[in-house]
Amino acid sequence: MARAVSTQTKIGWTIAAWIVALLIFFPILYTVITSFKTENEAISGFNMIPSFTLDSYREVQSQYNYFRPFMNSVVIAVGSTVLALLVAVPAAWAMAFSPTKHTKDILMWMLSTKMMPAVAVLVPIYLIFLRTGLMDTRIGLVIVLMLMNLPIVVWMLYTYFREIPGEILEAARMDGATLQQEIVHVLTPMAVPGIASTLLLNVILAWNESFWTIQLTTTNAAPLSAFIASFSSPQGLFWAKLSAASVMAIAPILIMGWFSQKQLVRGLTFGAVK
Amino acid sequence: MATRQTQSLARLMRAPAIILLLIWMIVPLGMTLYYSFLNYNLLNPASTSWAGFFNYKYFYTDPAFWESIWNTLVLVLGVLLITVIGGILIAMLIDKPIFGQGIVRILVISPFFVMPPVAALIWKNMIMHPSYGVFADIAKFFGMSPVDWFAQYPLFSIIVIVAWQWLPFATLILLTSLQSLDGEQMEAAEMDGAPALSRFFYLTLPHMSRAITVVILIQTIFLLGVYAEILVTTNGGPGNASTNLTYLIYRAARLNFDIGGAAAGGIIAVVLANIVAIFLMRAVGKNLD
Repeated sequence: MARAVSTQTKIGWTIAAWIVALLIFFPILYTVITSFKTENEAISGFNMIPSFTLDSYREVQSQYNYFRPFMNSVVIAVGSTVLALLVAVPAAWAMAFSPTKHTKDILMWMLSTKMMPAVAVLVPIYLIFLRTGLMDTRIGLVIVLMLMNLPIVVWMLYTYFREIPGEILEAARMDGATLQQEIVHVLTPMAVPGIASTLLLNVILAWNESFWTIQLTTTNAAPLSAFIASFSSPQGLFWAKLSAASVMAIAPILIMGWFSQKQLVRGLTFGAVK
Repeated sequence: MATRQTQSLARLMRAPAIILLLIWMIVPLGMTLYYSFLNYNLLNPASTSWAGFFNYKYFYTDPAFWESIWNTLVLVLGVLLITVIGGILIAMLIDKPIFGQGIVRILVISPFFVMPPVAALIWKNMIMHPSYGVFADIAKFFGMSPVDWFAQYPLFSIIVIVAWQWLPFATLILLTSLQSLDGEQMEAAEMDGAPALSRFFYLTLPHMSRAITVVILIQTIFLLGVYAEILVTTNGGPGNASTNLTYLIYRAARLNFDIGGAAAGGIIAVVLANIVAIFLMRAVGKNLD
């Protein structure tokens, strides 16, 4: 809306919007602040100014070997996403560029597999993991999360690929491009942004997944979501240390998330809202 | 010739994804169905026997089951109510001409990227803790006695946490929809002297109806599966006061080792989710062409 708005009105709305935004963001902000407090400061009443100590971060690393769950998260999130892309890129490509009359049905069916509640297959997956030795292994979680996110990956890629105009392919063919040239020089450069967005969103989803990671790991392969969940008991971490561990667990993905706002809407609504 | 080649190549490219998802869907679900008819407890696997519909009957007559269904409903509807209404209001606020819109957006969507166990523990310890939480500090400041949220209002507390996580999602999608609203139409209505409230009900809301539907349906699917938030805060208690269906099944499978019972519960969860799914598929399917 390109309308002239009086500065006064604008300031009014600005103040209202910032108050709401800061209230919503407050729990995260307060966790960041608490992570720089000493344990005593953390439990001695409301206080927005910490003493900026890094002790909690050091202790989380030294006492709980924070690096291991962090690396597990990286391997599981990236591994499952890359694996899903390897399977989904050809499938979405084929559905976008040589659709058959069943393509729509296949896509809807894929979406329907996403509706299956995880807890409904908890029993069999748990038993399979116990019997095959996949329990508490990274590879086991990579497989499960890859399968879980595969429908979203196919869908997102499909909606991106479908936007690549067919005329460009025709033009390339008229100029005598072979199929290989067509793929390498024409389609790939146009498809890369869509693939990158899909990768970003799925790393976020896999990083934050907290059902299977808690069910299927104990210590060795536990990623951050399972690691943090284990501090729910009263004898767990103290306030400042819990905050430090939380900040380290959410910071990388929070920053990635800020860059993926647009793709988030598209990916999570299966292209229904753009 | 070339087209036939392309077609068989396309089939080859589609096959791995389809086969993998087919296996992922059929095998575990088939196993769940099979187990749901067995008397099978991991503590005593030797005495496994055919149970017929016993597990279903057992689940059906267990008061905890109905309590969990009720809690699931309250949780889903409570969160939907907060996130949809809050999301509409916040989206409209951010859509106004304001300074620092980009930063406001970033602040508002941030909770969505916080993993469930972290979100729940932040709220449990920093915000709602009866002695050290911010709410307790506020209560003390006004001379009131602090509330022990998770003991007194367990389900409500979980609704607050989950709503905080999903409010950004609703806001972001509704904002996307709001930004595609025709500004000229709005201006015309304004010039014709339509009051703000009727502009909202006759222009804005109908325009957003599709996005609202999508938000409700997608959130419902995820909200039926709320788990980690309950695990790290109330453990489903006190009693079963904050146990939803997902948590009840988890407890049957992992804490009571009752494979048959958990499987029967799983099948019930599938039926529930499918009812929602049918509506979602229709909404999405319409948009495909």
